[in-house]
Amino acid sequence: MNILWDIQKKRRCISRDDMTKISKAFNISRIELEGVISFYHFYHLKHAGKYTIYLNNSIISKYKDFYRVKKAFEKEIGIKTGHVTKDGLFGLFETSCIGLSDQETSALINFNAFTNLTPEKVKTLISKLRQGESLESLSNFPENNIQYTPEENKTVFFKPYHQGNALKKIIGIEPDSVIDLIKASKLSGRGGAFFPTGLKWQFCRDNKSDQKYIICNADEGEPGTFKDRVLMNEHPGLLIEGMTIAGYAVGATEGTIYLRAEYFYLKNKLEKTIKKFLEKGLLGKNILGIEGFDFNLNIHMGAGAYVCGEETALIASMEGKRGEPTTKEFFPVEKGYLGKPTVVNNVETLCAAARILEMGLDNYLAIGTKATPGTKLMSVSGDCNKPGIYEIEWGMKLKYFLDLIEAKDPHFILFNGFSGECLSSQDFDREISGENLLAEHIQFQLNDPIEYARKMSAVGLRSGGAFMIFDKTRDLLPILKNITDFFVAESCGICVPCRTGNFLLNKKLHKIKLCHADKNDLEEIKEWCSIIKQSSRCGLGKTSTNCLLTAMLKFPEEFNKCLLAESDINQAFNLEKAVDNYDKIINEIETTYE
Amino acid sequence: MNNLVNIKIDGNKYQVEAGKNLVDAAKENGIYIPTLCHFHNQDHALGTCRICTVIVNGKTTTSCTTKVNEGIEVEINTPELIDTRKAIIEMLFAEGNHFCPSCEKSGNCDLQNLAYDMGITVTRFPHVYSNKVVDFNSDRMIMESNRCILCMRCVEEVKTDEGKNIFSFVKRGINTRVQIDYEEEKKLTQSEAMHAMNLCPVGAILVKGMVYKEPFGDRKYDLVGKEKEAARKENFVKKGANNKFIVATTSLAGCFGCHMSLLDIDTDIVDVLEIVEFNKSPLTDIKKFSKRCDVGLIEGGCANSENIEVLKEFRKKCDILIAFGECAIMGGIPAMRNFVPLKECLEEAYINGLTSEIGANIIPNHEDIPKLLNNVYPCNEIVKIDYYIPGCPPDANHIWKVVKNILLNEEYSITHEEFKYD
Ligand SMILES: Cc1cc2nc3c(=O)[nH]c(=O)nc-3n(C[C@H](O)[C@H](O)[C@H](O)COP(=O)(O)O)c2cc1C
Ligand code: SF4
Ligand code: SF4
Ligand code: SF4
Repeated sequence: MNILWDIQKKRRCISRDDMTKISKAFNISRIELEGVISFYHFYHLKHAGKYTIYLNNSIISKYKDFYRVKKAFEKEIGIKTGHVTKDGLFGLFETSCIGLSDQETSALINFNAFTNLTPEKVKTLISKLRQGESLESLSNFPENNIQYTPEENKTVFFKPYHQGNALKKIIGIEPDSVIDLIKASKLSGRGGAFFPTGLKWQFCRDNKSDQKYIICNADEGEPGTFKDRVLMNEHPGLLIEGMTIAGYAVGATEGTIYLRAEYFYLKNKLEKTIKKFLEKGLLGKNILGIEGFDFNLNIHMGAGAYVCGEETALIASMEGKRGEPTTKEFFPVEKGYLGKPTVVNNVETLCAAARILEMGLDNYLAIGTKATPGTKLMSVSGDCNKPGIYEIEWGMKLKYFLDLIEAKDPHFILFNGFSGECLSSQDFDREISGENLLAEHIQFQLNDPIEYARKMSAVGLRSGGAFMIFDKTRDLLPILKNITDFFVAESCGICVPCRTGNFLLNKKLHKIKLCHADKNDLEEIKEWCSIIKQSSRCGLGKTSTNCLLTAMLKFPEEFNKCLLAESDINQAFNLEKAVDNYDKIINEIETTYE
Repeated sequence: MNNLVNIKIDGNKYQVEAGKNLVDAAKENGIYIPTLCHFHNQDHALGTCRICTVIVNGKTTTSCTTKVNEGIEVEINTPELIDTRKAIIEMLFAEGNHFCPSCEKSGNCDLQNLAYDMGITVTRFPHVYSNKVVDFNSDRMIMESNRCILCMRCVEEVKTDEGKNIFSFVKRGINTRVQIDYEEEKKLTQSEAMHAMNLCPVGAILVKGMVYKEPFGDRKYDLVGKEKEAARKENFVKKGANNKFIVATTSLAGCFGCHMSLLDIDTDIVDVLEIVEFNKSPLTDIKKFSKRCDVGLIEGGCANSENIEVLKEFRKKCDILIAFGECAIMGGIPAMRNFVPLKECLEEAYINGLTSEIGANIIPNHEDIPKLLNNVYPCNEIVKIDYYIPGCPPDANHIWKVVKNILLNEEYSITHEEFKYD
């Protein structure tokens, strides 16, 4: 994939000739290669412009200035979105969330970030580019916006960092003891799946193999999440130490950071830090003088596919294949990258692991709640005064958190991103933690809002970190529509429930949005959601309908207000619209053949 | 056999060989789990079609990727799972463009067979009718993406001697399709190419000139599922009126074949007339509804504005609406034009066509002539349809039986044989 990136960057597209050459070199058929290229949306088979502009079209961006900014771009460049100018200078495209939700409306131009865009800014930007000013000088490096951390002794992530402090703790400790320590800390995966990290490492350690890998999942594709970006920008060294510790614990000597293409601007920094570590003997051979402890790191760039955040898809993508999730017949800790045992962990998980070693188990356990000790990073965006990153202690009440971010009139919250759940004022008394969790299938069986409130009030809210908040002026339906748009675009296409199911749901939501639906449509949506949930192959399909289902449960009025009376006739069918082609054609043909 | 393990399937205990995949293990014990992407002697499961979805120890998963081990508890035939499986098949039909009556694979097709087996007459999902690629470019093969279910069999199984892929998925999401590598395809032997065609569970891979190898009427699935009975629907209770039932019929965008079939009942029509009186129908030539009807029979889908009006009229005037024949159910042959821009259709028919008068560059249009719709629609996308009678055309006895069953509220008694057309 790195080769493909080189070509894409240099020539702005991957041509047929290039494909033939590459496929020869790698001894695969040309079509297989084309399959790979066409999977990732940052690779283009046609010229994508000297300046390739990707404008973020996720809902947070749309509620800021998206439409005006888009218009401004189209006007200034003189093309519609999805096209390239005739002279090949500009290409304008839309893309889903680029991890800058606190600084919307944002865009990437040749992977340089441009945040807080306004139509005026666009105008000056384009004219300056035309005059030949360099992109780098015009772009603004995204800010960290760290809004809140607990008191110093309760902070885990965003406190001063000293190179090597965490890593040095492994001197004199056996790998098994490191794993025991992580197990005792109850650290669980922060990528959203919450698999116990210690256990994952243990499994990998127990699988004997001549080669093992540590992969850091920095694909951060969940819309509304940007904590990994800030963490890597603030403390890149901490991540490297975390990975090295993981390598020590499981016996791996190779590590890879899978960085999403949207974060190209972080690559340089990470590479520099790796170099510094190598110079200091904190990476490479015989690290810290420990005989036989080798660990090397490299960076692998993604190319625009949300599903590649899924760990098996991520591995497939690293192997240069289409980023399709596997069947889970084997887990990565059994057969991962190149068939070898592999640990895939999120950026935050690995950083937390490093900090746990550094600060000691007891200090760590003193923070947070019993089931979830420590702190959590939250990425806050939407209708509040202080969007940005929050490091909070687990166990904080949602109500209190809303005060902290200075939310105005909170109405609904997308908790955990697009694959998470939709929260209403009913939930404001719950705490953000992993206490008293219910099994998922029980949660989704609750059909009655009152019963839901009763059952769920004591249940903790566990989150991968996205927190998108919307006030009373916002309509729920466009948001849900945006969510299904996203899943339609990002489904890998392997299995039909997700591939077509989400597409059909999207059409249904559109129908409701236009107020053409009736009660039956709602029932159908529920039924379809559970089919998709039940039968999809990977987490994407399984969680893609969560928001929709919880929203239907908690905000029935938002749906009902759009419904028509039940009838045997499909009200959405509009005869005039359905014949408009005919009218047009008759006109056209009469004039052409006059 | 050594290494036996105990497992539970739907509450019953079985002993099976450890490490076998669940589909095969169940099969050995006479339990059938439907599959599409799975095939015999497969090294590693594909897990793409999701039809073998079951519950193992409380979690839904696919059986082809599940290896049996000691003590697992499996649920296969819960009503919910059966419905999910059915829904997946229906979704495949809604997603692709399956016009079985004109398909080379009909009768040998795994998808079609499963649909019969599950008693699917109509898909619950609206048809996507997306324009898919039919690729004739390869010298030997045709890739008919309209029918491809993206099971990945061909991608994984068909390789050249050097191990290169011949088929590959391209694009992603709803646009994913299979593409042939023309260069590599040339390297296959004829029998390998035939193997690819036979491997495909549907009629997506065709080897030119080789498709009608097996004669009609003697197909792979003809003998399966003979004793099956169609499910009975229970809700509609309709008491017989003092006198006769009133029936109306119409042909929208159909070929009148279904109406012809109605008449095929020959002299039995006398029996029918004993309980039925026809109102608006081509059979009676009554043009306007003169009273409310018990049953409306609809042939054909909606291709023009008049079809829509008539259909809505039927919905208003009839208590029970039955769509009969494929065109009414899923658009059928007329819906094949959904993949060609309307403009091209009209130009071909009236201007460039062989039979059109040269220089008469007119497409008929007048305020009295109905307007063509942009797309052809199945009836259930316009109005609510209560029952469906599949077939192209359905058999006369079949139709009257259903109508009678509905009117007299009797149990359905149509055997698989009567119900199967290919
Ligand atoms: C569709 C999908 C997308 C995902 N995206 C991400 C992601 O962007 N970042 C991430 O860290 N984990 C993501 N995950 C979770 C990973 O599969 C995996 O659980 C995680 O990387 C494991 O690391 P952890 O145990 O440290 O959380 C995603 C999962 C799914 C199903
Ligand atoms: S659920 Fe969606 S993303 Fe996951 S394998 Fe299936 S199609 Fe691909
Ligand atoms: S592939 Fe099967 S289901 Fe599809 S049209 Fe052909 S026979 Fe019908
Ligand atoms: S062409 Fe046939 S074998 Fe290949 S993926 Fe499609 S349905 Fe499966």
